[in-house]
Amino acid sequence: MRLLAWPYVGWMAVFVVVPLLLVLVYSFTSGDIHDVSTWQFTADNFARFNEPTYLKVMGDSFVLATASTSICLLLGYPVAMIIARADIRYRNLLLMFFLVPMWMNFLLRTYAWMSLLSPNGLINRGLQALGLPILEIMPGPWAVLLGMVYNFLPFMVLPIYTVLSKIEKPLLEASSDLGANKFLTFWKVIFPLSIPGVVSGITMVFMPAVSTFVISSLLGGSKTLLIGDVIEQQFTYERNWHFGSSLSIILMIIILLSMAVMSRIDRKPAEGGRAV
Amino acid sequence: MMKFLKRAYLGIIFLFLYTPIVVLIAFSFNSSKSRGQWGGFTLKWYLDMLGDRQIREALVFTIVIAVLSTVLSTVFGTVAAIGVHNLGRVSKTAVLNLNNLPVLNPDIITGVALMTLFISTGLPLGPVAMLIAHIVFSTPYVILAVLPKLRQMNRYTAEAAMDLGATPAMALRKVILPEISPGIISGALMAFTMSIDDFVISFFTAGTDATNLSILIYSMAKRGVKPSINALSTVMFAVVVILLLIINKRSDKGEELLL
Amino acid sequence: MGKTLIELKNLTKSYSGNRVVDNITLSIRENEFMTLLGPSGCGKTTTLRMIGGFEDPDSGSILFEGHDLLPVPPYKRNINTVFQRYALFPHMNVFENIAFGLRIKKIGKSEIAERVAKMLRLVDLDDFGKRNVDSLSGGQQQRVAIARALVNQPKVLLLDEPLGALDLKLRKEMQIELLDMQRSVGITFIYVTHDQEEALTMSDTVVVMNQGVIQQVGTPVDIYNEPINRFVADFIGESNIMEAVMPEDRVVVFDETTFSCVDTGFAPGEEVDVVIRPEDIRITVDPADGQLQGTVTSVVFKGVHYEMLIETKHREYLVQRTMMFPEGSRVGMNIQPADIQVMKKGDR
Repeated sequence: MRLLAWPYVGWMAVFVVVPLLLVLVYSFTSGDIHDVSTWQFTADNFARFNEPTYLKVMGDSFVLATASTSICLLLGYPVAMIIARADIRYRNLLLMFFLVPMWMNFLLRTYAWMSLLSPNGLINRGLQALGLPILEIMPGPWAVLLGMVYNFLPFMVLPIYTVLSKIEKPLLEASSDLGANKFLTFWKVIFPLSIPGVVSGITMVFMPAVSTFVISSLLGGSKTLLIGDVIEQQFTYERNWHFGSSLSIILMIIILLSMAVMSRIDRKPAEGGRAV
Repeated sequence: MMKFLKRAYLGIIFLFLYTPIVVLIAFSFNSSKSRGQWGGFTLKWYLDMLGDRQIREALVFTIVIAVLSTVLSTVFGTVAAIGVHNLGRVSKTAVLNLNNLPVLNPDIITGVALMTLFISTGLPLGPVAMLIAHIVFSTPYVILAVLPKLRQMNRYTAEAAMDLGATPAMALRKVILPEISPGIISGALMAFTMSIDDFVISFFTAGTDATNLSILIYSMAKRGVKPSINALSTVMFAVVVILLLIINKRSDKGEELLL
Repeated sequence: MGKTLIELKNLTKSYSGNRVVDNITLSIRENEFMTLLGPSGCGKTTTLRMIGGFEDPDSGSILFEGHDLLPVPPYKRNINTVFQRYALFPHMNVFENIAFGLRIKKIGKSEIAERVAKMLRLVDLDDFGKRNVDSLSGGQQQRVAIARALVNQPKVLLLDEPLGALDLKLRKEMQIELLDMQRSVGITFIYVTHDQEEALTMSDTVVVMNQGVIQQVGTPVDIYNEPINRFVADFIGESNIMEAVMPEDRVVVFDETTFSCVDTGFAPGEEVDVVIRPEDIRITVDPADGQLQGTVTSVVFKGVHYEMLIETKHREYLVQRTMMFPEGSRVGMNIQPADIQVMKKGDR
């Protein structure tokens, strides 16, 4: 039976490992992408990140991804908590209501925000009707941030909800029995137990946010250029795969680092080894 | 008081989540072509949608790719999962880590890496490349859905079947497959929705002559989306919501399918 | 035994129209080991949870040292609970679990260390402070749960089937340890179990419950020897229960045979239930010497005694004797007046 695994391993080697190695090779070479004989080893592709343009791109990507992750956490944790604590009869229904918007095409939802936020869009007309100043955030980083929060909020809520709904009620009763009021029970029992969900929520939001190019190109215009946008440009219009590949490598490193940080937090805080 | 605050909070979040959806659905009934104007109710775009060749072709292409990649990745993934399940501990961990790569890698990396591979090896970008790409990113999810079911399965049932005279192939078909079928089904559903929803990886592997719905919408988004796309999306959205409601009504397992 | 500590008055609780606790009145004294005993769904756990504050009664009241306990939230009650399956905090080690209540009360570090160490000693887990709770065996987790509750020096400890998850041997050991602990810390234990043997072994007072109603309250000896009705007799130990008539005081008739007994106060000719414990039936070799006659239909060796089924014209009797009578033998049976327990019919 174990032989059945090997064709898949071969497939993965060809379509997952080799492509990533190719990207690595491209990132350390320069020359005509279609003519291997012109290739030369170089680290110049990485040196370009010192240029102010790309430093800004990296900074913006990181700031926007971090900000959207934090906002998703702040908005999403209470949502997960409310749904997990809701009466069992409504819990699935609430969860479904929360997830249904994800079944509308992602690009269309983002496009809908373009219409809502545009200078003469619905939101601004509403503001005008109330005599308030109009919002000119689209295109721009604030609109990108909003788009990220909108699209990725469910990725934060789901893992936290899953962890919270698994916390057994007797644990909360025990906490209350031992003198903790609701706030202390949250702080000393519920929150520490939900950390694995928070960690996976953070990863699941940060990763697509730091690598997106769709949201930034639709809602950010030319003013907001993220790593994803530059990678996309290098691989399509610019046809500079060498530089595009080095950007991809950097992106992977950012993600690996953030995942490493997260998995440290995920460790059980209790000291002392397990005996068994 | 607390109850009121909770409700108000959920209400605001739901408003945030549903406003764009409502706007899109409203556009699909808006007789004015401009997205800022309300020109009165019409079903014109629904008729247009049926007649629009570009939309029809993109829809058919999306569905063909989704069906093919679902079938192929489900079969491939199930077979691979049975193999992986029977591996020794070390090689199992290694294969599972490999399996996680496309799951954990951002779409854009998977997309450009596959694009690089296809162009470097001379395989033209287009429908075939896109199909391969979809199988590449769907199969890991099938494996992740099937493996837990294999783990839950009683080790001895297959042995019992063979003890009772079944050949290994019969044991597989009559005992193992029926037991892991919930995992296979949820894996297939995941593969299907991921394929329908995918934009980024399709975008990098499509080349110039393959256009699925996502690519069509992206190319339109900057210039203004045809209202008939809104009509199509409204129909697709309605189908999904109705299916979900039926599943939720019929069983409490709706939650699992939804996730 | 001390003065009354907790009073339950006419407590009633329903879940979706189903009365789980039905008009319960009970008082619990200081330092008492009281056990609520009954089959699952009899309302014993719900009663305990109402005392702990995790459920609110629909009506009735709970007084603690004379004060109304119902408006007090669980975290302010001077009562602690050992939960079913323990409910230890998985993200804390043994020490932190036990220290939880003290940390909430903002007690100083050195005092916490001292009191936790004392508790660890009490439950015989001295070196386990830094261990992860899920690395402990069931019995050890059990003891951590008890220490976590006792360290707060509650006036009352509630125990909800605390030994239910342990195997038989460990359960017997823990019964004795629990009893020792209760004696040494000198606080009130309210203990919930469905295991009649456990209840009889450990308690000062046993409260037998069925379908939300208290059937009988008494010492283990009272409950065993003088069950008040058919349910209690049946639930506590093995017994022969039959319908009978009391023509007059101290005389009871069943199986067409007249027996003398010690019970009085029934109406002449009243229909009653009679319970006879299997070890109280004596067997005579000559059938003619017995008040009842029958044939031995089955014999099972039980270690200390033989358990025999003796078939008479009217029914099958369960009899436990140290002497064995072979299957098929005709024997007689005698019952002493004091061993016949007469119960009113129909009171539940």
